[in-house]
Amino acid sequence: MAEKKIDMQQVRQVAKLSRLALSETEIAQFADQLSAILEYVEKLNQLNTANVEPLAHCLPINNCLREDRIKPSLGTEKTLANAPQKDEQFFLVPKILEEPGGL
Amino acid sequence: MSNDILKLTCRELRDSIAKGEVKSSEAVSSVFAQIEKYDVSIGAFLSIFKQDALKRAKEIDGKIAKGKPVGALAGVPIAVKDNMCTTFGTTTCASKILENFRSPYNATVIEKLLAADAVIIGKTNLDEFAMGSSTENSGLKKTVNPWDKSRVPGGSSGGSAAAVAAKMCFAALGSDTGGSIRQPASFCGVAGLKPTYGRVSRYGLVAYGSSLDQIGPLTTDVADNALLLSVISGHDEKDSTSVDEKMAPVYDFSAKIDEPLKKLKIAVVPQLFEGADSEVVNAVKDAIEVYKKLAAEIIEIKMPHFEYAIAAYYLIATAEASSNLARFDGVHYGHRTKNPADYIEVYSKSRNEAFGQEVKRRIMLGTYALSSGYYDAYYLKALKVRNLIRGDFTAAFQKADCIIMPTSPTTAFKIGEKTADPLQMYLSDVYTIAVNLSGVPAISIPCGFDKNNLPVGLQIIASTFQEEKLLRIAKMFENHTDFHKRRPEL
Amino acid sequence: MMNVDYKVIVGLEIHVQLATLTKMFCGCELIFAAEPNSRVCPVCLGLPGSLPVMNKQAVEFAILTAGALNCKVAEFTKWDRKSYYYPDLPKNYQISQYDLPIGSNGFIEIPLQDGKIKKIRIRRVHLEEDAGKNIHTESIFSQVDLNRAGTPLLEIVTEPDINIAEEVRLLAVELQRIVRFLGISEADMQKGHMRFEPNVNLHIKKDNAEYKTPITEIKNLNSFKALEKSVAFETKRQLDEFLEDGTVLQSGNKKTFGWDDIREATVLQREKEEAHDYRYFPDPDLVPVVVSRKWLNEINAGLCELPLKMQSRFVTDYGLNDYDAGVLTADKATAMFFDNAVKAGGDAKRVCNLITQTGLKIANEKSCTISELGISPHRLAELAKMVEAGLISATASVTIFEKMMQDKSSPQQIADNLHLLQKSDEGELEKIIDEVITANPQAVEDAKSGGKKSKKAHGFLMGQVMQKTKGTANPQVVAKILNSKLKGS
Repeated sequence: MAEKKIDMQQVRQVAKLSRLALSETEIAQFADQLSAILEYVEKLNQLNTANVEPLAHCLPINNCLREDRIKPSLGTEKTLANAPQKDEQFFLVPKILEEPGGL
Repeated sequence: MSNDILKLTCRELRDSIAKGEVKSSEAVSSVFAQIEKYDVSIGAFLSIFKQDALKRAKEIDGKIAKGKPVGALAGVPIAVKDNMCTTFGTTTCASKILENFRSPYNATVIEKLLAADAVIIGKTNLDEFAMGSSTENSGLKKTVNPWDKSRVPGGSSGGSAAAVAAKMCFAALGSDTGGSIRQPASFCGVAGLKPTYGRVSRYGLVAYGSSLDQIGPLTTDVADNALLLSVISGHDEKDSTSVDEKMAPVYDFSAKIDEPLKKLKIAVVPQLFEGADSEVVNAVKDAIEVYKKLAAEIIEIKMPHFEYAIAAYYLIATAEASSNLARFDGVHYGHRTKNPADYIEVYSKSRNEAFGQEVKRRIMLGTYALSSGYYDAYYLKALKVRNLIRGDFTAAFQKADCIIMPTSPTTAFKIGEKTADPLQMYLSDVYTIAVNLSGVPAISIPCGFDKNNLPVGLQIIASTFQEEKLLRIAKMFENHTDFHKRRPEL
Repeated sequence: MMNVDYKVIVGLEIHVQLATLTKMFCGCELIFAAEPNSRVCPVCLGLPGSLPVMNKQAVEFAILTAGALNCKVAEFTKWDRKSYYYPDLPKNYQISQYDLPIGSNGFIEIPLQDGKIKKIRIRRVHLEEDAGKNIHTESIFSQVDLNRAGTPLLEIVTEPDINIAEEVRLLAVELQRIVRFLGISEADMQKGHMRFEPNVNLHIKKDNAEYKTPITEIKNLNSFKALEKSVAFETKRQLDEFLEDGTVLQSGNKKTFGWDDIREATVLQREKEEAHDYRYFPDPDLVPVVVSRKWLNEINAGLCELPLKMQSRFVTDYGLNDYDAGVLTADKATAMFFDNAVKAGGDAKRVCNLITQTGLKIANEKSCTISELGISPHRLAELAKMVEAGLISATASVTIFEKMMQDKSSPQQIADNLHLLQKSDEGELEKIIDEVITANPQAVEDAKSGGKKSKKAHGFLMGQVMQKTKGTANPQVVAKILNSKLKGS
């Protein structure tokens, strides 16, 4: 394999997007493994899909709509039941200092 | 006594219980005795509900004694793959990130089983988040093949398949995204069906590849499979991707199951045999001979895009998975890392600590395939190829009632044999994956044994919503062979 | 000195919270100020295995609004996942619409202060779900409340057609009026039903060269006033910054500023806003929406006359002034009430006065709309006709109006019961005036004299007539007759 499909820096970038605090060893390992997989999927380029529609949904159904009727909620206690950290009414996370999104 | 009970099929047990010949509590006790004896070495179950199950069995026995009406699975002990939410016990997906997760709601299929008066006895092991083909990726436990404990049970529904094969339950539910019901069914010598996409509700099934996932039954024979399918099928208003009953009417799929198809046309794809072990090829070819003797016409076809299915799948499924698994972040539920420095570490450390390698790998691959600059080349391209693959099936079903091929290129491989190279593991899904991409139904039934006495699986594929036909075709084979009657020596 | 001229370019991104009963993808109740985390279910909590199901009402509201904003409504539209991680976003992706929004290429007309109408183009209108709320505390933790997570939001994006800070506010006010008229949102900015994010930059001509300053996105605006002030502030800040360091617009140097309401200034929140990689892809859990002609027609049957059109019509057809027309069309209930009363035969000006000077005050006190006071437009028209015909005084009409809220009899009947019917018959009144004149010669003298005592005496004589008629004489008619008699003899 001449050039790796995905290098360490790209792996770090993808790990950041995926919120995975990978170790350096893992990054190196994934770079190799993901490169091999990406090399394999290149196979798809053997097919000419210029006039082919992408198939995101197998089903020929549309407009699955629900009436605007109130249904019971879980209630605060059940909602918080599995929370790793909470007080009586809220989920708790370490203080957020910046705006959403971030890379 | 208990061993005799375990020899019954679901239907036979259900009928006996309904007649009062056998008590559900006896069946449940037998099953737990079997579990206590054998599951230490097989490892099919992540959790069992002995007390609750016995209590429920007693209730059902009471109802029957009083002549009250009961459901279609009354008193039958069923196991469920641990990626289906239950309000009882935990729902772990075999992952450390959900090790202590208790769902506040039941998956729709669970509600249906309960409404049918089934007795859910435990949750079975799987590859973590259903990602894998051997159950070796489970983050919590190891499951082995009851036929040979040095080998894998297949995956990702390995626990369910092993439990059925070892008669530690009378039937089990699994899920299939790229072959995860059919391949373990094939490795464990049982019947496993992936219904048409949209036939069975996904509400409460922890999502892996949302446009590919389906829940289906694993049973010791085809008629049981039809019974389970009848119970779990149906439109669910909580699942936008479940079809309504106009498109897919639900009825008793086992009603006409012994009616063979006259003028059955079976399509076979010769090129596909090239990738399989010789013993697998021979068993499948023998199966084709059986159908020939039953007056079926065999047609050779080509499916030119079949070989691209793995590549397309590992882009589409991983893209969807990378998004579906984003919710496991240690904030609202699940594992949270100790002493996070800030809220970003809550995410990245919790996830990194608690996800296994295969899960991380697929999340990374999926994220990459969707990321800016790569979306068109990878994800979008894969969706287009998916359309072409589905086209192959549509063309095939214009010529034939079904397609037959092996379920897997090999019989059950040795534990650790394919774990070094992820790509090698992916390539073993060659026969099952295209089916999920196209949404069509398929079943795997045992059709032979290799020289190591390991089961070989025959895969039969039918067109969308043709499960009744599919089951009848499978039953034709079963009625003329006895591979399905063999059980592993435990 | 340098020759500097500049133009402000503003585009607006607006989020409107829809007035449905339930959330966008689940049946949790939408209710203001509920107990934290009490309106949450497996779907909006993002529990494993949960799945979204579209709210039909929200989709229809979106289609209705897109049409009202003159957009092309998509025949085929779908849902996409927008991925980013944040504690108030439980799935760590937002279900939104990316490349096929429900509406596109529309426009909104706004009435400017000078009476002209300005057209602002609308780039797109799409539906999405809202996130929950992060609450900062004094401790080392932030609290997360998911009650709001999953609320249906309509996102409206304009083209950068706005050029004055004031226009931004006028656009916001008009949009609020429109969505309230359509009934698709309460649009109360204080409750967070409408959120505005202006995108501002300047096109500067300096010494015959042209420059563009980097675009700023302004967040955290809680009132229309703040909206206008922030754009004005930002205009000045950008001009100063440019004159100081010459920074110009480049790809990727868009900044985000927050509005500080206390200091009345924009504050930098994020330097170097790198483009987020949201990794949009079609949501596999939701099927597409196909808007058939039939469905579109059914929805548009609910499309009412829009406020600006109604306002203009009140001016041209009914002869009202712009101000009054504006007051009457501030909300739909009032506008419809007025329109129907005039159509029932009431004089436009009289009806307008009854509503603006009396009706709206009472409705405000009772915290209801004018149409909920128990008076139909038809009865109001009758009342207006009585004033117009001089059968009752304007003052009396207020009393009668108040009575009409409980008493369902006709205004004529009520006026009669309250002895408020004015005598306007000239013959009858003349007789009484003659009697009063005869009985009060001194007062007549004084009144005629034109001196200091004249006004008082005049008032006295009027009072006597009113007394004799038990207050029912039409004062205008009495005055007319009295004056002519005083002049005459």
